[in-house]
Amino acid sequence: MAGSYDRALTVFSPDGHLFQVDYALEAVRKGSCAVGVRGADVVVLGVEKKSVLKLQDERTVKKICMLDEHVCLAFAGLSADARVLINKARIECQSHRLTVEDSVSIEYITRYIAGVQQSGGVRPFGISTLIMGFDSDKVPKLYQTDPSGVYSAWKANSIGRSSKTVREFLEKNYKEDMDKAESIKLAIRSLLEVVQTGAKNIEIAIMGSDSVIQRLELAEIEAVVAEIEAENEKEKEKSKSSNSQQ
Amino acid sequence: METLFGITGKDFVITAYDSKAVASITLMKIGENKSRELNPHTLMLFSGEPGDGVHFSEYIERNIKLYGIRNGIELSPRAVASFARRELADSLRSRKPYSVNLLIAGFDVKTNKPSLYWLDHLASLADVPFAAHGYGAYYCLSLLDRYHREDITEEEGIKLLQKCVGELRTRMILNMPDFVAKIVNKDGIRLVQL
Repeated sequence: MAGSYDRALTVFSPDGHLFQVDYALEAVRKGSCAVGVRGADVVVLGVEKKSVLKLQDERTVKKICMLDEHVCLAFAGLSADARVLINKARIECQSHRLTVEDSVSIEYITRYIAGVQQSGGVRPFGISTLIMGFDSDKVPKLYQTDPSGVYSAWKANSIGRSSKTVREFLEKNYKEDMDKAESIKLAIRSLLEVVQTGAKNIEIAIMGSDSVIQRLELAEIEAVVAEIEAENEKEKEKSKSSNSQQ
Repeated sequence: METLFGITGKDFVITAYDSKAVASITLMKIGENKSRELNPHTLMLFSGEPGDGVHFSEYIERNIKLYGIRNGIELSPRAVASFARRELADSLRSRKPYSVNLLIAGFDVKTNKPSLYWLDHLASLADVPFAAHGYGAYYCLSLLDRYHREDITEEEGIKLLQKCVGELRTRMILNMPDFVAKIVNKDGIRLVQL
């Protein structure tokens, strides 16, 4: 037994770790992958959907949720914890409107969620979240929160299983001021790095500057996946022919 | 004294409120909003104690919106009216009750039927074909009774409201400024000119 450092949330280990937070981060690393991509006037969230069981109703498994009319959240980690957190965030969104007659800014709700995540005395939430939306300035926003209570803004990021691979892919392929189609393609392409089963296990939600959420149908995702595969094929052939010339 | 109207038709509800903000016997402002959109197909009109109406209707509005976001489906007008009644009834039995009269106009997108609910400050709820609150009710309920039909069209509904407002302007000693009319139908809520 490594002392009682790993039991109490409020006790540091000698090397400065809070083990419960580390374990929560581990739960996130085991959760299915989620990516967020910010374009010129659009934000895209994509998640890896677990295949549902044969007799299960797939509509009841949701990994991308609306918090308010203009805020959307995707998470990686324990779904049960996410449900509680999302409920709190939704109440805060309406409560904020009731008290100040304005919708929440994306940073405000992110800060609120991060605050809930590190509230003392209880077990940390085993989830990371990606939050996307538009403020009144019509600029796309993308934020990430951690079980530790840290939050940060991103141009593109990923959380969950193999998030490092996906993040490196995004770092290599991200371009400034992408349009809607390019943003969607980048999100799906990056997810395909870790999702072996292709389109049927990907869920995509897009928000434009009108703050209206649009969820892609399976057929639409399949079309983009086919496009990406065709491009990859072409790329492969090109490199093959250049190799043979040498 | 404030006046609210509501009339159901074949596939719509038309509502109207006077846009006066009054303090005691003084007219403070014209252009006061006495309605709140609770969800895309439900509208709430309120009169009574000035602060109470805004506070109560916004509280209901935020709860109805929260329900919509949580469940991905909006409450029906009937459910909204029952919820509002319950909240008002609970408040009535508290130390400081809200003193508000309400009309809830809605279009049920499931059954494709319009509905109008009348609630007074004692939290009694009634499902009615037409309704009025305030002193205006004394002058206009008879008119509404005479001219209202179940299959009334939007144009006829607007004409009937104009009749009611005309009656108030000729009979009531108070100055009756512009009324604001709103229609709720399957496409949502929109403003109409009286």
